[in-house]
Amino acid sequence: MSAELALIGPILAAMFAAATPLLFAALGETVVEKSGVLNLGVEGMMLMGAVCGFAITVKTGSAPLGLLVAAGAGAAMGALFGVLTLLLLANQVATGLALTLFGVGLSALIGQGFVGIPLEGLPKLNIPGLTDLPVIGQALFGQDLLVYLGVLAVPLVHLFLYRTRAGLVLRAVGENHHAAHALGYKVIRIRFLAVMFGGAMSGLGGAFLSMDYTPMWAENMTSGRGWIALALVVFATWKPVRVMLGAWLFGGVTIAQLHVQGMGIAIPSQLLSMLPYLATVLVLVLISRDVARIRLNAPACLGKLFHPDS
Amino acid sequence: MSLIRLEPRGQASKTMVYVTPLLAVALTLLSGFVLFLLLGFDPVKALHAFFIDPVSSRRGIGELIVKATPLVLCAVGLAIGFRANVWNIGAEGQLTVGAIAGGGLALAFYGEGGWWLLPLMVVAGAAGGAAWAAIPAFLRVRFNASEILTSLMLTYVALLLLNYLVHGPYRDPDGFAFPESRLFEADAVMPVLWSGTRVHLGTAFALLAVAAGWVLIARTFVGFQIKVIGLTPAAAGYAGFDQKRIIWLSLLLSGALAGVAGMGEVAGPIGQITPSVSPGYGFTAIIVAFLGRLHPVGILLAALLMALSFIGGEAAQIAMGLPKAITGVFQGMLLFFLLASDVLIRYRIRFGARRAVA
Repeated sequence: MSAELALIGPILAAMFAAATPLLFAALGETVVEKSGVLNLGVEGMMLMGAVCGFAITVKTGSAPLGLLVAAGAGAAMGALFGVLTLLLLANQVATGLALTLFGVGLSALIGQGFVGIPLEGLPKLNIPGLTDLPVIGQALFGQDLLVYLGVLAVPLVHLFLYRTRAGLVLRAVGENHHAAHALGYKVIRIRFLAVMFGGAMSGLGGAFLSMDYTPMWAENMTSGRGWIALALVVFATWKPVRVMLGAWLFGGVTIAQLHVQGMGIAIPSQLLSMLPYLATVLVLVLISRDVARIRLNAPACLGKLFHPDS
Repeated sequence: MSLIRLEPRGQASKTMVYVTPLLAVALTLLSGFVLFLLLGFDPVKALHAFFIDPVSSRRGIGELIVKATPLVLCAVGLAIGFRANVWNIGAEGQLTVGAIAGGGLALAFYGEGGWWLLPLMVVAGAAGGAAWAAIPAFLRVRFNASEILTSLMLTYVALLLLNYLVHGPYRDPDGFAFPESRLFEADAVMPVLWSGTRVHLGTAFALLAVAAGWVLIARTFVGFQIKVIGLTPAAAGYAGFDQKRIIWLSLLLSGALAGVAGMGEVAGPIGQITPSVSPGYGFTAIIVAFLGRLHPVGILLAALLMALSFIGGEAAQIAMGLPKAITGVFQGMLLFFLLASDVLIRYRIRFGARRAVA
């Protein structure tokens, strides 16, 4: 096998791994936005998931418990957002920003005793024969559980949204909350659950970063992935399958950038590190320029406050 | 039926607009008390070290003003945009580019400066910040791309650009490869306004921005348009107000002010270009803008309070070994409490079941 072909396997494997935190966070946010809520606090929820998952795993030695707590921490952050925006009717944009600022601070506070501690990372799948397949073996059959869970979540979220009654109600709430309310659906309760689900998914995405992708804790280690996830939801026009494709695309950009750095090409590393952010701006522009398409796909009540009396 | 419910007020309460920020501060202090207790510190001593000790000297008050200066500059600009529902959250990036542009001039004319250098740096800082904010403005107006996401993405790009420059072209040639620029010469440094402190000319700019911001919002037709667009976009459309023009205006204005803030940091308290020009002033300014009720005078007061959380965090870290991250927690909590208590502006809290409405 030629050297170039041998590289493809590891690159593909790394791409799927790099895409996983984005995939979790963006899928969760898709459900949140489908219910008509815009939570800009994804970055803060991811950071809380990252630090809590890491801390619990270090303290107890149990990675599953760490993941559970990470999801719980994200859900708790989501619930906080829900109390403010759904019960106290605070502005969603401002509250989302507050959630991120708060999450950055609180995660740094929790994590200060955990900086510099190494962690083993999650175990990788290993199917003799399949994992050893050339080129695709490692990428498809040698990842760890969370990578598969992320991919598995895509059809599950899709089926939930478009093939179940609960999903239909959730979308109805997002399209027209007054009509849904008039039909007797509990708008606030449904949105609250959606926001907590989004938080749990963001928490898992963050935990994947701190427990597996770069198994360590560092302040602000998500470095904008929460915001990229938000952009991905728009890019995917609120469709789970496209969210996955978008996440892979960004995983690819991240990995390509790292590989170019590794090859010692004479471009300063800082300029290459700009690529994922510039790519986010680019895809956002490409998708947003089609105003009709955005208007057709965006939940009609996205970001609007709901009060049953008004 | 729930026991507590919200009843819409006929009209927004004017009193509550001023009461809720105070309520939020009180709740934050209370939570701080509990937080310190949980962390195992004496809460009274910790709060004292955090909020009182740092400002009980002339130098301390000077530092408070130094830290409030960039916050005011950024927040006055942001507030104008927020009023019109233009969500520029990339002030940190615009501040950074202002520092890169203004500070770059100081390095370019190193050893050949004159009286003209500092004014030129101010202009360059403003232009740099405005140019950086012009990108989200253009993408929003031309392509309908969310300025929230683009301005934030560009913040990461700006921080990486700064990092590249101090490791490369801006690096001090005699600095043993240390990632810092040369120290600016006297021609390129902001004059100190208050002897014995680091309060510099930037503070005068900040006060000027407060006055100009107030005039713009309260006394001009553009200010009126901004208010209408923010409150009822549909009405603004019928009135023929040009929303695109307001997007451009508010982003360019806030970018320019943030740029001046960044230039003021490198030419003021820092005196050179380093990899970290700001400890997050651009993000904290978002809290300042809301806490100050998007009003320039309110922003002035809110900026002093948030500046206190910065120097208090540093002081408490030195005096009691409190983690520095507490500053961020305090800031986040304050904004939460403010947003939560703001419900009182438009709603009354009613206890007991709903009365039958005739």
